[in-house]
Amino acid sequence: MNSAILLLILLGYLGILFFIAHWAEKKENIKWTNNSYIYSLSLAVFCTAWTYYGSIGVAANSGLGYLPIYIGPIIIIPAWIIILKKIIRISRVNKISSIADFISLRYGNSRFLGAIVTVVCLAGILPYIALQLKAISETFHIVTQTNTSSYIFDDTTTYVAIALALFASYYGTRYVDASEKRKGIVTAVALESVLKLVFFLIVGVYVTFFVFDGYDDIYAKASLLENFKEKNTIGGLEQGLNWFFLSMVSLFAIFLLPRQFQMSVVENNRERHIKTAIWLFPLYLLLFNIFVYPIAWGGNVLFDGKNVNADTYSLLIPQLFDNKILTVLVFLGGFSAAISMIVVSSISLSTMLSNNLLIPYTFLGKLKNEEQIINNKKIVNIRKIGIFSLIIAAYFIYRFFALDYSLVSIGLISFVIIAQLAPAFFGAIFWRRGSRLGAIYGILIGFIICIYTLLLPYAIGLTNDESSFVTEGFMKINLLKPFQLFGLDYLQPVPHTFFWSMLFNTLTYFAVSVSFKGNYRERNYAEMYVDIDKYSTNHENAFVWKGTAYTRDIEKVLIRFLGEERTKRAMNIFNLKYNVDKDQELADARLVKFAENLLTGHIGTASARILISSVVKEEKITLPEVLKILEESKENITINKKLTETSNQLQKITFELQKANETLVRKDVQKDEFLDTVTHELRTPITAIRAASEILHDDDEIPEELRKQFLQNIISESDRLNRLIDKILDLEKFETGKQTIHPSEKNLIATIEHSIEPLKQLIKNRNISVYVESKDTVLAYYDEDRIIQVVTNLLSNAIKFCPETDGLITIQVKKKDNFIETSVQDNGKGINPNDFDVIFDKFYQASNQNFKKPVGSGLGLAICKQIIEHHKGRIWVQPSVKGACIVFTLPIKNIEN
Amino acid sequence: MKKILIVDDEPNIVMALEYTFKKSNYEVFIARDGQEALDILKTNFPDVIILDIMMPMVDGFATLEQIRSDANLQHTKVMFLSAKNKESDIEKGLALGADAYMTKPFSIKKVVEKVEELLS
Repeated sequence: MNSAILLLILLGYLGILFFIAHWAEKKENIKWTNNSYIYSLSLAVFCTAWTYYGSIGVAANSGLGYLPIYIGPIIIIPAWIIILKKIIRISRVNKISSIADFISLRYGNSRFLGAIVTVVCLAGILPYIALQLKAISETFHIVTQTNTSSYIFDDTTTYVAIALALFASYYGTRYVDASEKRKGIVTAVALESVLKLVFFLIVGVYVTFFVFDGYDDIYAKASLLENFKEKNTIGGLEQGLNWFFLSMVSLFAIFLLPRQFQMSVVENNRERHIKTAIWLFPLYLLLFNIFVYPIAWGGNVLFDGKNVNADTYSLLIPQLFDNKILTVLVFLGGFSAAISMIVVSSISLSTMLSNNLLIPYTFLGKLKNEEQIINNKKIVNIRKIGIFSLIIAAYFIYRFFALDYSLVSIGLISFVIIAQLAPAFFGAIFWRRGSRLGAIYGILIGFIICIYTLLLPYAIGLTNDESSFVTEGFMKINLLKPFQLFGLDYLQPVPHTFFWSMLFNTLTYFAVSVSFKGNYRERNYAEMYVDIDKYSTNHENAFVWKGTAYTRDIEKVLIRFLGEERTKRAMNIFNLKYNVDKDQELADARLVKFAENLLTGHIGTASARILISSVVKEEKITLPEVLKILEESKENITINKKLTETSNQLQKITFELQKANETLVRKDVQKDEFLDTVTHELRTPITAIRAASEILHDDDEIPEELRKQFLQNIISESDRLNRLIDKILDLEKFETGKQTIHPSEKNLIATIEHSIEPLKQLIKNRNISVYVESKDTVLAYYDEDRIIQVVTNLLSNAIKFCPETDGLITIQVKKKDNFIETSVQDNGKGINPNDFDVIFDKFYQASNQNFKKPVGSGLGLAICKQIIEHHKGRIWVQPSVKGACIVFTLPIKNIEN
Repeated sequence: MKKILIVDDEPNIVMALEYTFKKSNYEVFIARDGQEALDILKTNFPDVIILDIMMPMVDGFATLEQIRSDANLQHTKVMFLSAKNKESDIEKGLALGADAYMTKPFSIKKVVEKVEELLS
């Protein structure tokens, strides 16, 4: 395959990616790009040329040793959803744009910590990028069957690197606000993830089923090779430990690699997308793994004895069989894997570089006095130059350092360096006590150990194979041998470094954090991170700060980066949210935090803080003061609550006044209804009297018996009429307060017996049993005549409602606090719960629409109520299972005394 | 023999009406309230019904509505006999389909006259 043709194919491929990125950025295409599958697939940027080529190399040379890299991520996936959700929430609330931001913000927005994290990331990732370039270069030369040129400008990799640098620096810096989503890149990466998987599977199928006759065939042929057995057993504690460490390291990589953080956190649009990622990503990793083993050992079989780089089996095999198309496809797959890693990593590294190193330490001065548009341009340019330089720097690392080492070893070194961020990172979200100093010292110690036990010996090894540093240790101290630190000698270099660096890192982090409490700012953020759910809506309120700041000054800073309009809008939103007067001159803690947040997207948390603190005068705040502020804000909240309560109360009172008015109107209407009903009730007995009288008058021949009957009717109806009139007058007296009662201390039981006496005949006639359950003497303070009236009325009702047979009335009298409670219970059909209140109304009318015929005269209960209430007691209906139960209370003694 | 149904919950008033109509050779049915009346009307079809309004359970107006929706009772005359004597009550009663409305207290003679008039 001709170099030029392949180059053209590559350019064409890059062109397609440009196009996809461009298309995805268009607003109308958002519904295609904003979905969970694109998000989940973009996470597959984890699989780089290392996975694509390197895993085959490892499988070919050390059997199952390639698996741990995938076991780590797959194990963590279930826990991932919880941890990732938390991280995404924290990042969204604080507009975090990189892992350096994330860590430095947590530990009190520390500029220094952000810078260290950036340096660690650079040290870890630049070699990784170099690795990708190496892969591109080598595979390019294999496909075109040329030799690597030692002359830079002849080497096509150079031009590829330049093209990539241009692409990344253009598309990666489209938005100044680094926390805005880069849909173009994300979509392009998702597409590449699909392509690389597809091409890999195609070559896998090809090797397994076309070159060989299936898995069994490969296995059979491979087992004939020497070393097959020993390479494929998982042997001994040593190997087990190696496996364990490699899994841990790749587990951390999923969280800590800047490109993973970028894709899974910063570019996340919707939390629920995680739900798809949780099964799609492991599935992806699994699929990638299916053919690694067959290709590796198929290659071993085919190239047994020949000294070829096993990394490139996937290219060599189709090439061996002259399958040009497949070879190119495989190459493109590997190319995709490499460039998505390069692009995403350089974007995240450059964001960190500009926000956490360059701007805070150097350029901030230059941004202070300029206009918004110029400032933004400067920031964008810094980032563009950053990305470009990083890729070129990686290229140089590749050319000078990476040529001699296998893909796998460089990759693992990179993972171990990144893992140094783990204690500080996980401590940030789970441990409130984790402090800035702990994080700084921990990372530094871990990093130093990495350099000592890994980077240094490797760098030296490039030039001097027999260095005494390696074989005998620093200054010939045996315990300081880089590959056998402190005598630990049964681990391979990478796990060895991992063990010591993580041990010291974690111990230092814990020890320092526990011994030196962080300042109030750290603790603020610690609270917010660990308890993000509590704070995600009101995070500005959680901020404790003391000092003087003028709103106008803060606005000026904002205008420098957001422009007039956006600043005005933001201030409006802030004032609305916290009910702040827009003419308020002094800014409070919330505004400071709010402004910092707004700037974070543009220049990172550290720089934002520096800028804002340059216009406000922060004062040292002691713990008692912090507590006081918290107390005050609690008080404010309480006062606010009181104000709200008062206004609520006013509302209630207004409402009640309205109701009272309505009641008056209603009562007026009720009075008219009352008159209506009274006249109706009076007319009924009059009707009976008149009818009977008329008959007696007109009919001479009426039989004697009937004559007597009608006369009796007249008499009883007259009595009834009289009683009714009495009751009405009685009631009227009570209601207008003209009634007097004459209470004295009496035995209630005796009074009750007294009331039952006249009704005894009626009770007997109706087959009813009456029981009085109580002590023989119960003293209460009441007017005897009136209470006889009440008990008689209640009994009459009970008698009326008792069933025809086995009627039962129970009267209970008991003492309750300062009252005597009397209940009259019958076993009739009971009272409808809806009517519990209204039966005490005159004539028992639920509303004037309901023509309910009252029971008896309909006035009895109303009068009872008046009497009892005049005694300062209460009367009510007690819910009961069967029948009706009416209860009334009387005072034990004169309440006035 | 003409049939009459008297619906009223006041026993003494019923007694007077029952005596009077029996003497005038009517077959008399009695109901104490609307429900009882409707039960009786399922199997008996009187020529005229005297209907009180204020009764427990089902009142006179509701009873009349049921009666007027019964096909078998299309030709039955219904007269309200009630102490409710407001204009609005009388209008409502007549609007619901009563043939006559007399107020209490009533004159026995006049009630009989009215009933005879309705049945002629």
